[in-house]
Amino acid sequence: MTIQFNDETFRDDYSFHNSEWAIKRFPFPFHEDSYMYAMNAEQHRGGPEGSVYENRFDVDEHYVSEMQDRAKVLADDPLRCQSLPHMTLAGWDLLELIMVSKSEDYPDLFELHRDGDQWRWVNKPLGIDDTFTFLDESTLPYGPMEYITRQSQGDFALLDQRENNLWMDAGMITTQADWSLDFDIGMNFFEWHAPVPMANEMGIFKRALKFLLNIPQGSPGRRLNWTMTVNPLLDTSPENYHKWGIQKTTLTPDNIGAKQHLRVELQTFYRLPRSNALAFPIRCYLCSFQDLMTMPKWGRRLHRVVRDLPEELATYKGFIDNRPMMIDYLSKFDDGLPTSPGIFPEPETEPPLKT
Amino acid sequence: MSKFEFPLSIGSRPVWGTLEPRVGQAHLFVADAQGAEAILDVATPELMAGAHIIYITRGTDYADKLRALNPSQFYEGPSYGAALSRIKRALSDAKMGLQVYISGTESLMGQMTNEATQAGVPFESIQTEHRGSTARRMQCVHCKGFTEDVETDPFVCSHCGLNLFVRDHYSRRLAAYQGVCVDAEDPGNVPAQKGIYE
Repeated sequence: MTIQFNDETFRDDYSFHNSEWAIKRFPFPFHEDSYMYAMNAEQHRGGPEGSVYENRFDVDEHYVSEMQDRAKVLADDPLRCQSLPHMTLAGWDLLELIMVSKSEDYPDLFELHRDGDQWRWVNKPLGIDDTFTFLDESTLPYGPMEYITRQSQGDFALLDQRENNLWMDAGMITTQADWSLDFDIGMNFFEWHAPVPMANEMGIFKRALKFLLNIPQGSPGRRLNWTMTVNPLLDTSPENYHKWGIQKTTLTPDNIGAKQHLRVELQTFYRLPRSNALAFPIRCYLCSFQDLMTMPKWGRRLHRVVRDLPEELATYKGFIDNRPMMIDYLSKFDDGLPTSPGIFPEPETEPPLKT
Repeated sequence: MSKFEFPLSIGSRPVWGTLEPRVGQAHLFVADAQGAEAILDVATPELMAGAHIIYITRGTDYADKLRALNPSQFYEGPSYGAALSRIKRALSDAKMGLQVYISGTESLMGQMTNEATQAGVPFESIQTEHRGSTARRMQCVHCKGFTEDVETDPFVCSHCGLNLFVRDHYSRRLAAYQGVCVDAEDPGNVPAQKGIYE
């Protein structure tokens, strides 16, 4: 299908919006009526047609506007993109992975022409047509990781693998759920996850690391993570928290349906061929509560999940103060009927709400 | 003086050790303030014969006691910033097998460990021991400025003036804990200051 790209903003007037198509394919992160930490990883080998799982790097109606937002974030704070000196090769690996995947998965939008190390990359939505020498940094306007991730939705971390650990040694991080690359760069897997409550005690990180260390080439994995964001603000960075934090207090019972967004990360994991690093794309999807409520199954389920979430998690995810208002709003969409297992909305079979 | 027992914390928070004499030709000791006591505890005539002590007084009076250990080289300076060029020179002159002993505040241990590893000293050849002040070196996540000797939570960023919450999240690369605005969601509502370990 041809994608109609939205002209929209993720700041100031927040004109971001999801079409019906985007709502239906939103990666709702709860496969049952409750939530607790789990690795819950599966192979990233496609998925239902039209779903965010279908292609290796999903491109949707927000692509062009998200890339404009990223450029603004980087102009304000270039430290959101950093790569330690030994990570350049991993950057080239990532560039190759994304260019090959996108040109194969979206031939109408992206083209890659390779003649030995002379590569031509055509990105039609962004109006880019560049020729460069693969593995020669001087032929690109940015380093390879920065170049390609300025053209790819979602954050990207490049994890070096050594000493049986993963090290956050490079990244393009502008749509983050409140963590700082500039602070965390150079940390190992346990260090950068240290602030997460409960999960360490549950042994989640040990198991997750074991899984990630063993990801082979050609066999990527994926999982979903989530949090809550007031207003469709992509750049919820700690750097700017003193500016955006106040927005959390602007919710009212009248505006919560439009302002409160469920923020979902589609995390994927790819072993890179030359560097043996792990590419860790973290793709952010936003959907307002009122749009989610158009799917009866999600309406029923989101209420139950938010209501029953342990207090530590609601605090860590930053919505403990707004939770009562969320539950008030969501409870109207929960008629107590059972829900079908799995994340997909199944609007054809799930009974409509009795209102 | 008894040592401070840091409470259990999260995984990014560093764990400090206890200095032990190591076998080797050359020993570099870097200490600030009460960190001198750790050197006095571990020193032997054999160790001191190959020792270079760099001591940052920070207003204390241990220098004479350290000098009396008869190290082969001794330096006394007022602050880490003042001592840094001397430290860099000692590291660049170092030969394979140098043993590094760092004692005193977390700020010194964090920054000095970075200097030594950047100079190529293997991590296994670096020992640390906390003595004295438990104040923290903090980085403001907003303006990126560092504030030294932070003893209270919250505290005021010495660069941008925001009221910052003292996190346990620690970056070895920056040798600092992270400070995050405490009243972003309710400007002016700053909790009463208390000691970090109260």
